[in-house]
Amino acid sequence: MAKTKKDSSWDLSPAPESTGHVKIDKRYDLFIDGKFVPPSTKKYFKTVNPATEETLSEIALAGEKDIDRAVKAARKAYDTTWSKISAAERGKYIFRIARLIQERAREFAVIESLDGGKPIRESRDVDVPLAAAHFFYHAGWADKLDYAFANSSPTSIGVVGQIIPWNFPLLMAAWKLAPALACGNTVVLKPAETTSLTALKLAELIRDAGLPDGVVNIVTGAGETGKALVGHSDVDKIAFTGSTEVGKMIRRSLAGTSTRLTLELGGKEANIVFEDAAIDQAVEGIVNGIYFNQGHVCCAGSRLFVEENVAEEVIRKLKHRMDQLIVGDPMDKNTDVGAINSKGQLQTIEEYLKAGEKDGFEMYQSQVAVPKKGYWCRPTLFTHVSQSSIISKEEIFGPVLAMQTFRTIDEVIDKANNTPYGLSAGVWTDKGSKIFNLTSRLKAGVVWANTFNKFDPTSPFGGYKESGFGREGGLHGLSAYLKLQG
Amino acid sequence: MAKKNTSSTEGIAVMKTYKLFIGGAFPRTESGRFYPLRNGSGELIANVCLSSRKDFRNAVVAAGKAQSGWEGKSAYNRSQIIYRIAEMLQQKKELFVKEMKDLGYTDKRANDEFSASVNYLVHFAGWCDKYVQVFSSVNPVASSHFNFSVPEPMGVVASFASNKSALLGFLESFIPAICGGNTVVVLASEDMPTCAITMSEVLATSDVPGGTVNVLTGPRSELLYHFASHMDVNGFVIWDAESADSIAIGQYAAENVKRVSYYNSDGAGLLSPQRIMDLQEIKTTWHPIENISGAGSAY
Repeated sequence: MAKTKKDSSWDLSPAPESTGHVKIDKRYDLFIDGKFVPPSTKKYFKTVNPATEETLSEIALAGEKDIDRAVKAARKAYDTTWSKISAAERGKYIFRIARLIQERAREFAVIESLDGGKPIRESRDVDVPLAAAHFFYHAGWADKLDYAFANSSPTSIGVVGQIIPWNFPLLMAAWKLAPALACGNTVVLKPAETTSLTALKLAELIRDAGLPDGVVNIVTGAGETGKALVGHSDVDKIAFTGSTEVGKMIRRSLAGTSTRLTLELGGKEANIVFEDAAIDQAVEGIVNGIYFNQGHVCCAGSRLFVEENVAEEVIRKLKHRMDQLIVGDPMDKNTDVGAINSKGQLQTIEEYLKAGEKDGFEMYQSQVAVPKKGYWCRPTLFTHVSQSSIISKEEIFGPVLAMQTFRTIDEVIDKANNTPYGLSAGVWTDKGSKIFNLTSRLKAGVVWANTFNKFDPTSPFGGYKESGFGREGGLHGLSAYLKLQG
Repeated sequence: MAKKNTSSTEGIAVMKTYKLFIGGAFPRTESGRFYPLRNGSGELIANVCLSSRKDFRNAVVAAGKAQSGWEGKSAYNRSQIIYRIAEMLQQKKELFVKEMKDLGYTDKRANDEFSASVNYLVHFAGWCDKYVQVFSSVNPVASSHFNFSVPEPMGVVASFASNKSALLGFLESFIPAICGGNTVVVLASEDMPTCAITMSEVLATSDVPGGTVNVLTGPRSELLYHFASHMDVNGFVIWDAESADSIAIGQYAAENVKRVSYYNSDGAGLLSPQRIMDLQEIKTTWHPIENISGAGSAY
């Protein structure tokens, strides 16, 4: 979809990524014990391209019996192969996965955008390269874990159940699988029901990499499938990324069991702009913080705090920048904001927009046309919202920014920390000492200073408070998949 | 005061009232309730406060108020304060040994536990300004950013002290937490609470700011729900748990995704800095590195 801003003096021609080289099967089965097998439920569900509402494929619905089969396969693989081979050999398998992803990067990027609605520019430049990097980074840890945890004799945990969300489907699979495998565990992974395709393509790739059967099992389905995995008695650890609500349910259901748990949950994150910030850069950072990936980002900078005396300038420049964002066909390389991941999510976002308007806050939406078919939401800004309003308290998980102003550092720290969440935060100022004052006092697991939404396999990611516990990535992330002595 | 001896020169002994320790003060329980603590021969040692939900909530408020001040102290300063606790404790050896013996300890066990307690404090005093170095990292990200990860305190920690010892178990239940910059609310051993309250008097004279450590007495059963479910408590430490408790605790703690740690006082790792790290969050900070005329820069 080309840029369709009405008063634009010039438009960019469409630059669509071709999909000709990509093969999507009509139907995908479950990946268990090294083979694709039909589900015991005999049921399949459709996966839809959210930009066109066309069905892409049918995905097997895994039931309790399938989960049991997958866990048994993972247990057998753990007992007979994966815990027996040397750590260095384990690492070499994971290096292979990294290389195969790099080789098939274009295919993965196209499928990710088709199935999830994110702009091809993001899946091509962020999701897929980072996924490969995660496998590459963790592969090298496999035979070096004793150096990472001194005096702790790290050992693997066993069979790990992993449940991942739909916002970064392949990348989240990589975040989960790479450290689990490097630390010597076997895995049953459940992707989100709206975005199973790249995980299943990854299953093909893992089979091609020659990993022993059962080391990685991929089971597809929705909440009930996830519940069966969490409830399976032979799973030693659950790692979950998703909503805070579901995270709490999992925590409750595992109460009193010996199953380990790490949670990466929701957020409502503060992005703070001071008067002495480089305003143009800060505006880019605000845009990147909330409109990246349609705002379907747990660490999105969805609460904007601007120092009062530059608020007008920031709002003016931000609205101007929002108007330049191209909303539309995810497959077009010019697109900045793609399709909302599902109809259900679009409805949720629209309800929040209504709630914000009902509360009487001024709403601005970018002046762009959006395609008729598909699920779309224009980049949205609410200005001068109150701290206690629904749109500044609850995670919307869409391209909706709630702005407040502030006068003093103490005030903005209080406001920023006044949330049950604590996943990330952003600070924009040119003054180094102010940055460290802020970054040390903000209660969040990741703090971006003069930047936002940056990710790297060496950099631990994870939240404070109701944003979950445990870290993913970096040296600290490894401990989520190891037993440590002492 | 099991032995209520009187002598003609001293007159009758003055019995101590064992109270709670909240916000640096020693109040009685607001509930006005007590439970009698008796020695092996059935003599009254003390009437101990039976803490209520309200006492706990007051203690959490006091801890919350003290949090930023304690967390904001330099690691060197926290280290000296915890060392100061050891100094203050050392000079009260006779008092604590006697109190432990009143609770049924043999002379040897009381002396051993006292020495172990002082040594425990000295050990953790030394960790305050070292664990951050041991558990931090600079992360070599692929983009042009300086990126580092450091541990930070969780905030307010609630703790059930072990019921198996009078003094050392009490210290184990909160010293790693305050070493790492958290504030705490501790429920002392139900059967041996007197040393915990006397230890609170040591804390009160060791430059530990009021509210950093708060101590309640009473049975776990009544306070378990409140400790596990309080929305302003970030971490919950349970020593020597009954296995049935972990189901209830897990359910209640889910409400604010509270971090829960179980320890066994017979287990290994009592001196491990991992006890500090169990009550820390890892924070990762990013900042761009300027690139001029194409010259790369990284850490």
